[in-house]
Amino acid sequence: MIKVKGLTKDYGARRAINNLTFDAEQGEIVGFLGPNGAGKTTTMRILSGYMPPTDGEAVVAGFDVVTDSIEVRRRVGYMPETVPLYRDMSVYDFLKFMADLRHLPNAEDRIDETLELVAMTDRADGYIGNLSKGMKQRIGLAQALLHRPEVLILDEPTIGLDPGQVVEVRELIKEIGKERTVLLSTHILSEAQNICDRVLIINKGKIVTEDTPENLQARLVGAERVILRIRGEQDDLPLLLKKVKGVEDVEPRSDGSVEFAFAPGRDVRPEVARALIKEGYDLLEMRLVGLSLEEIFLELTGSEGKGN
Amino acid sequence: MRNIWIIAKKEYDHYFASLIAYAVAFTILLVLGIIFGVNLWYYTNNAFQSSGTIPDSSSVTGAFVFLLVFFVPALTMHLVSDENRLGTLELLLTAPLRDHELIVGKWLGGFLFIFTLVVITLVYPVVIDNFVQPGIDWSMVLTSYLGVLLVTSAFLGLGVGISAMFSNQIATMFVTFTLFVFLWWLVGFPANLAPVGADVFRYLDMSTHFYDTLNQGVIQLGDLVYFLSLTALGLFIGTTAIEIRRWR
Repeated sequence: MIKVKGLTKDYGARRAINNLTFDAEQGEIVGFLGPNGAGKTTTMRILSGYMPPTDGEAVVAGFDVVTDSIEVRRRVGYMPETVPLYRDMSVYDFLKFMADLRHLPNAEDRIDETLELVAMTDRADGYIGNLSKGMKQRIGLAQALLHRPEVLILDEPTIGLDPGQVVEVRELIKEIGKERTVLLSTHILSEAQNICDRVLIINKGKIVTEDTPENLQARLVGAERVILRIRGEQDDLPLLLKKVKGVEDVEPRSDGSVEFAFAPGRDVRPEVARALIKEGYDLLEMRLVGLSLEEIFLELTGSEGKGN
Repeated sequence: MRNIWIIAKKEYDHYFASLIAYAVAFTILLVLGIIFGVNLWYYTNNAFQSSGTIPDSSSVTGAFVFLLVFFVPALTMHLVSDENRLGTLELLLTAPLRDHELIVGKWLGGFLFIFTLVVITLVYPVVIDNFVQPGIDWSMVLTSYLGVLLVTSAFLGLGVGISAMFSNQIATMFVTFTLFVFLWWLVGFPANLAPVGADVFRYLDMSTHFYDTLNQGVIQLGDLVYFLSLTALGLFIGTTAIEIRRWR
């Protein structure tokens, strides 16, 4: 559905994306993950027919984005990052306008169906300017879905939404992604983990890595880490922990607790607990912290990623 | 063609949904109404004297185009620049719509709005026609109205073209207005002074193409070419500005 080969885009002297190659199949939700300025929006704008690339090629829904731009745009639903909408139009009039531009034969029915899909039927006559951010986001999604596109491109679809709305929009995207190709960008790692079948990590215009969220996590988890807290003085704790077999990398934390690691599959927590009790400490907390996708991300994108 | 119409219809509706349409229509029709009333009084007074002139509506059409110099910048300033500022241009540029269809549609929306006003002002010659025996020269009236539409077309074309280059409405309005003042008045001044190239300045002067010919009931090919090429130039600039925006 989406085939991208050697895609490059320069803004003047600055290279926004550099030799990107990836593809996405039908029924697949692919997530673009990366810090701000990584080239996510640029890539999506090229794939949606907004701007041509400097070099390389992209085929979307069977058509080249440069030579058959109009055909691509007919088959793509695109929601830009800022969800631009006409504030002084009613929801219905706006969707009618977008439907007309796409020459939909049964526009009224499509609008009703789509409004139902994004749960906005009761606001059809309201002005867009009066809608909340989450509702505008849903209208942005509705205009992208009106023509039931083969490919859906969503730039930061959940940014600026409150947690309840985020869950709703994610569920909606998952539902849509069952039959269509969805390419979405995000800089929220849990989001990519949550809804995507495959994640492309992009930084400084290059794809750093590409895998399923589960594999990504598994690939990088070299060790499991534990945070430990006891009552009272903790000064001797690191010394004591180092005596327990299998405990590695002991580090006191600024909040008074101590962090340590153990090799995967060799859970040393029972031994640590026994050792602590035996020495007369009051054990308050012992918590396993898996390596988060955040840490994976930082590790993969290197020092540049940390700035964001 | 269908896409052009869809864009035009949206812009036309937008004028009436916002207050711009009513403000512009009110001001233009009020001024023209006053001018027409004064004229009618003047004609009727003169009619009882031997020096009476044949009444016509050229003073109304003449005042109409004069007002367009001031009102068209206000009508075109938002057309493309506001889409750019709000980001909605991204929606339009990713819809299956060609760049020139967008620009021509914007132009047509503005044109249909002013066309509506023009149709309303046709009431003035109709009134005169009822007062005069054996009636007024309709071919002259319609020629002067054709002139109004040609001036409208050129102004709107240039206005849309300039609007596509900016994302700020006020900047768009000032640039458009300055260009119109230049084309309407300033460019004509050197025509009488310059030792060489006087013909070029005279040809560029928009007001002569209207007042000296069309508003007198004379249709000349040169005038038609002038107005239509300015329209085409404006629409071309607009389309190019959109294309440059894409490539940038």
